[in-house]
Amino acid sequence: MNATRLDPARPADAPPLEKKPRALEAILLPAVTAGFLVAVWHAAVVLSRTDIFPSPLAVARGLGELASKGVLGTYVRDSLVRVGAGYSLALVLGIPAGIALGWYSGAARAINPVIQLLRPISPLAWIPVAIVLFGVTNSAAIFLIFLASFFPIVVATMNGVRNVPSMFLNAGRNFGLSAPALFSRVIFPAALPRVLTGLRVALGVAWLVVVAAEMIAVNSGLGYLVIDSRNAGKRYDLVIAAMLLIGLIGLALNLLVGQIERLRAVRWGFNVP
Amino acid sequence: MMPAGGTKVRIQGLSKSFHTNGHEIRVLENIDLDVRDGELVCILGPSGCGKSTLLNIVGGFLPASSGEVTIDGLPVREPDPRRIFVFQERGVFPWLTVEGNIGFGISGLPPKEKAARIAHYVRLVGLEGFESAYPQELSGGMKQRVEVARALAVNPDVLYLDEPFGALDSITRLVMRSELLRIWEAEKKTILFVTHDIEESCQLADRIVVLSARPGSIRRMVDVDMPHPRDLSSPGYLALRDSILEEIGLAHRI
Amino acid sequence: MARPVATDSSHPRGRRARATRTLARALLPLSGIAVLVLLWDVALRAAGGPSQLLPRPLAVVLAIAELAQKGFLVKHVVASLFRVTWGYVAAVLLGIPLGIVLGWYRRGGMALAPLLEILRPISPLAWIPLAILWFGVGDISAVFIIFLASLFPLTLTAMNAVRGVELVHVNAGRNFGLRAPELLRRVIYPAILPQLLVGLRLSLGIAWLVVVAAEMIAVSSGLGFLIIDARNAGNRYDLVVAGMVLIGVIGIALDAMMRSLERSKALAWGYTAAFEADESRIDRKAAAGAAVVP
Repeated sequence: MNATRLDPARPADAPPLEKKPRALEAILLPAVTAGFLVAVWHAAVVLSRTDIFPSPLAVARGLGELASKGVLGTYVRDSLVRVGAGYSLALVLGIPAGIALGWYSGAARAINPVIQLLRPISPLAWIPVAIVLFGVTNSAAIFLIFLASFFPIVVATMNGVRNVPSMFLNAGRNFGLSAPALFSRVIFPAALPRVLTGLRVALGVAWLVVVAAEMIAVNSGLGYLVIDSRNAGKRYDLVIAAMLLIGLIGLALNLLVGQIERLRAVRWGFNVP
Repeated sequence: MMPAGGTKVRIQGLSKSFHTNGHEIRVLENIDLDVRDGELVCILGPSGCGKSTLLNIVGGFLPASSGEVTIDGLPVREPDPRRIFVFQERGVFPWLTVEGNIGFGISGLPPKEKAARIAHYVRLVGLEGFESAYPQELSGGMKQRVEVARALAVNPDVLYLDEPFGALDSITRLVMRSELLRIWEAEKKTILFVTHDIEESCQLADRIVVLSARPGSIRRMVDVDMPHPRDLSSPGYLALRDSILEEIGLAHRI
Repeated sequence: MARPVATDSSHPRGRRARATRTLARALLPLSGIAVLVLLWDVALRAAGGPSQLLPRPLAVVLAIAELAQKGFLVKHVVASLFRVTWGYVAAVLLGIPLGIVLGWYRRGGMALAPLLEILRPISPLAWIPLAILWFGVGDISAVFIIFLASLFPLTLTAMNAVRGVELVHVNAGRNFGLRAPELLRRVIYPAILPQLLVGLRLSLGIAWLVVVAAEMIAVSSGLGFLIIDARNAGNRYDLVVAGMVLIGVIGIALDAMMRSLERSKALAWGYTAAFEADESRIDRKAAAGAAVVP
């Protein structure tokens, strides 16, 4: 029993006699802040008498308009499908690649510089390449999302496998595990928390890239909505509505994948509550 | 046994409960304890009985749910450099060297005096030659000594020790206990020492406060009327140890 | 199955063998890139020979040489670095103090973190219309895009780093009588420095990644502009790929620069050594879904 574990929820700064924040505040505080910011936004639009920048009400009306036309659901679905396809492909190819690179350190040393070289290149810069390879199609957009999420998955899996403590491996061998058993009973569970983190980061990246991907002349999706609303008629209300939707869905995806990290089998690997 | 002065720390009617997920957990119940100036009191109890919580409340790190702690007649509201808490070895700052850690609380002193004080305490805890080492390079026992030295360097009146030797190997632990007694006799501090180790409390304490399991309340107080150094095979020591073992409900033979 | 290891020091095998091994270790990283280039060339031949749309590796090298010769190379590189520097520095100056405050005052963090989490998944590209609306077409808009892209990860990194500071260290600091400003300087700051440095490196990577998006805003210089312009004006794909290669190489250089900073600043107390081997731990804490990009 020690001081840190006494009350992990206790804020480090709280004066000794203050009560800790309650669970309700976790919902209430952001809601109040969001309400306040929306009010400031509204006031700023009204006071500056801008006729280009939309008020929160205009954005809400824009969303309503999209919904009533029936395109809102379609756009959300199309973006999610593209991200789902690109991400799944990255998952299927990236995890085995990462495991192989984590196991064979010579291969990792050879491939790592290539990954490092390709990492800083924006998905946007790949657009011309994607178009040359796949033409102006949905596949080109999916390719971009695949590319962006592939590398973080490979790197996280590789690090996960590489950093399995040799003590665990030795213990596994000591119990006479064969290679496949060693893999499934020691390496895989030991690497799993780190791999899951990589998967979460990669999903964030995949979703982030959806706008870039939908710049390739596709004509649906939230990224398309941003670009199209501006180009065709400077509909800034729709631009902001699309941005908010992207943000909210991104948050939801992150929370969803975050739930996996709370499963009992992997919770030991996460020190953050 | 040290000649004990007036009351230094007074704990009155202290209770503490935590709320987690809507459940209320009572951790401490109605603790009354007076610690005399210069006294070494061991608070002994099983794991999870709330003894660390008690020490954290006395140290001003946690608020009490009810009751009060006063030191020299003044209520405790927050931590105070006159009373230093020694956290196992985890409280050593990993980003500071041994010297940096020991000098942490005396940064206001003139450099010369500060250096002299650091050198004094480095010697006291036997860390000569490790002045510029980082905690990472030290063993658990050495880190523990750094923490004790850091606490002593600010010359506090009271030391709170929370299972300070729990993480040490048994040999280092014995050495550290006699070090602590030596320092205590030389510097005349009031010491509150939390432990779950019956032998440890019998070796060190002027008085042993035995806590019951959760919610922790005082089950018994044992005055130890034996001078230091104590003979660990004397009949008096063995009788004391056995009576506490019995109090806690453990058999004498394993 | 034994884990294959490149070096095995337990068997003395003579000087020559050791020299060969050292050479092999040095060449291995290059071999990956060599194989990539080779595959690229072979694939082109298989696909029916290089064309304007499909440049060979050599054409890309020549394109870089052409840029250098005309003096465009330095111009574009400097322009991109300039925008990234300003955007990134502004994000550091705002994001880190903000993150520290949000980490320290738990209620502040509770109030704002979810909103930051909503803004973070929004692509810098999606901000371009607003950037143009607010700052017009030009450098300021481009810098703003880079600023935004690095702001969110920096703020969240600093916030999580402060939240992760061990309570026992904070308590020890308070026990020695430190008040908020001193506590911040003498306990919080040194405690979060290793994570902060890793966060700074990762977000510089993001800032650099976004340069292409930022330079889509009609500016007329920079590597991002080079890529877009080379494609739009005349399908010069050799220049497109040249721009990509330059971005990749400079990205590696920036990363190496930040890594050396991590070593010099924080390795003193050996904290980073552990973190370095354990980068995804940082990712998990700091980024948790941030654009810790490919």
